[in-house]
Amino acid sequence: MTIAKAINRALADELAADEKVLLMGEDIGSLGGVYRVTEGLKARFGADRVVDSPLAESGIIGTSIGLALRGYRPVAEIQFDGFVFPGFNQITTQLAKMRARTRGAASVPVTIRIPYGGGIGSIEHHSESPEALFTHTAGLRVITPSNAHDAYWMTRQAVRSQDPVIIFEPKRRYWLKGEVDLSEAGHRGLSAFEAQVVREGTDVTIAAWGPLVPVALAAANAAAEDGRSVEVVDLRSLSPVDFDALQASVEKTGRMVITHEAPTFGGLGGEIAARLMERSFLHLEAPILRVGGFHLPYPPSRVEEQYLPDLDRLLDAVDRTFAY
Amino acid sequence: MPQTPPPTPATELPDGAVRLLDADGTLHEDARFSPYLQGLADETLQRMYRLMATERRVDQEGTSLQRQGQLALWVPAVGQEGAQAGALTALRDEDWIFPTYREHLLALGRGVTPGQLFELFRGTAHAGWTAADHRVQPYTLVLAAQTLHATGYAWGIARDQSDWDAERRAAEGQVVLACFGDGASSEGDVHESMVFAASYDLPVVFFCQNNQWAISVPASTQTRVPLARRAAGYGFEGVTVDGNDPLAMHAVTAWAAEQARTGAGPVMIEAHTFRSGAHTTADDPTKYRTREEEQAWAAVDPLARLAAHLRATGAAGADPDAFFADVAAEGEELARRTREAVLAMTGDALPTLDDVFETVYAEPHPLVAEELAWHRQWQAGFADAETAEGDAS
Repeated sequence: MTIAKAINRALADELAADEKVLLMGEDIGSLGGVYRVTEGLKARFGADRVVDSPLAESGIIGTSIGLALRGYRPVAEIQFDGFVFPGFNQITTQLAKMRARTRGAASVPVTIRIPYGGGIGSIEHHSESPEALFTHTAGLRVITPSNAHDAYWMTRQAVRSQDPVIIFEPKRRYWLKGEVDLSEAGHRGLSAFEAQVVREGTDVTIAAWGPLVPVALAAANAAAEDGRSVEVVDLRSLSPVDFDALQASVEKTGRMVITHEAPTFGGLGGEIAARLMERSFLHLEAPILRVGGFHLPYPPSRVEEQYLPDLDRLLDAVDRTFAY
Repeated sequence: MPQTPPPTPATELPDGAVRLLDADGTLHEDARFSPYLQGLADETLQRMYRLMATERRVDQEGTSLQRQGQLALWVPAVGQEGAQAGALTALRDEDWIFPTYREHLLALGRGVTPGQLFELFRGTAHAGWTAADHRVQPYTLVLAAQTLHATGYAWGIARDQSDWDAERRAAEGQVVLACFGDGASSEGDVHESMVFAASYDLPVVFFCQNNQWAISVPASTQTRVPLARRAAGYGFEGVTVDGNDPLAMHAVTAWAAEQARTGAGPVMIEAHTFRSGAHTTADDPTKYRTREEEQAWAAVDPLARLAAHLRATGAAGADPDAFFADVAAEGEELARRTREAVLAMTGDALPTLDDVFETVYAEPHPLVAEELAWHRQWQAGFADAETAEGDAS
């Protein structure tokens, strides 16, 4: 099934499993969401559990906090990445801090779904990658699935988490199909907050997440033709980052390229590079390189292909790691 | 009796505002709201006054403690006791309060101890009490954020009670008091909370204490009309009340809570009152407001008004002087205990950074675990050094 269907199925299964779960967001009910991710859920579970909310992002997040304090498990949808900012205050000053400021007395198990990233030819504010703004905030968990199987299981685990979780859904991959093992054994014991090696290799590691995992896999295939064995690690969780998995991979290959769509400067790639240098300095054959977006507002979509990390930029970075 | 100065415009009530008790303690009849005072026992009136007078004394202690360097900040509520006492005594214990940072009487009246109240201001905790114990949420410093939490919480109540009939709602239904000020009324979150509350008929009573000044910005800059009139734009009722009249506040809040409790949806109350002190101890109101204004408001002080009423009606008991002396003594005792509690927040009573590490996430988090382990080792290094020094001497 597609990633969009997998998320839909995960939400349906959580709504069915726990009557305290409810969905809220703009246009998620009758319309089924602008990407149809919530299609059919209102018809099945009713308008009071799949709520078409007023068009107010702070209101969606803020009332979700109140509902969570009352014992509910709200799953809020923000319609697009660039529109999360009216709700940013509630997420960072309230949702993230509620548990610590109440000394653990109040958990707020709110899940926030945000379709994110570029590559869909859309207009301003519809293609952004603001994940670093949230990973920098203690108290939140941030995850991003890259395939249908993970989309299903990671969504279910997020809804069940006692902590606030932000799911960045790679919108340009919503229609990417993949096998989903729905059986309980299907998640193979892998937590939504762990990384996964999605392709084994020995010469260099590409660390990627969300929309760029398919690009990283394509780069690994292309590099194999040149006789280079590329390992690809899908981070899956951006907060916490599974540094143990990354460390194991980079100590195996000695080289790493980190790629994300968000601007390179101040992005998560810098944090990962710095930590792995501390952990694995003596195992490195080359500096850890980053391939990200430029320090620009997300450009008009007619030129977004030049902005987004692609196969060629990744392969170039892989080549550069062999120059040392 | 000293001659009271003529009131300045700000002390005049907006048109249609509810006042039941005059400045001299005389009670008026009001067809709509007086019924909510029927059956108000002398004990409740006494409790109202006691809460107001003891809160004021504790509040003054807060300013003293801050001046002595014992508190990082204090947020005086002096002048607003009538609004808070009237609202609190109209709620039921089961109702929830989502305060901003100046609702000292609401918190103390719900059993939060002064020591717990002062932890935030001492810097030993962000919330000194557990919300569920008192149905009072922690203070919120980000303006208006809590109005959305209150609305969401009320949404949860509405869902929990969705299959209740009117009779059961009236008997057991809960409401949420969403507190904010005239300054916060300019924040988008107040607007959004009112939209959501109206959209889903939520049992919220929006409780705006218009104390005339948002630090140095007057209410006239925040709004061209009495704030309660905004409620009409959202499709629910708003009432402006003389916030220095505890009885009017009690009656209107009781009415509003009844509306919300029985499923009629939200109501907004604007308490027209005055913050007679500074915004916080970091503020200097002499730079932006006049002595005349402060004196005019002092003439309509809520404590004096309720005291006059208690004396005039005999509600203070057979020996009113003894009652007031008793309340004053209780205030002194509470102030003493406040000081004692604040000064005791030191040494072993202080929280540790470990507490913060351990409460930021509900589930295990490897980064926090790693940093906590590092922090503990770092701290232990100092302990080892002290032991070594001890051994050497």
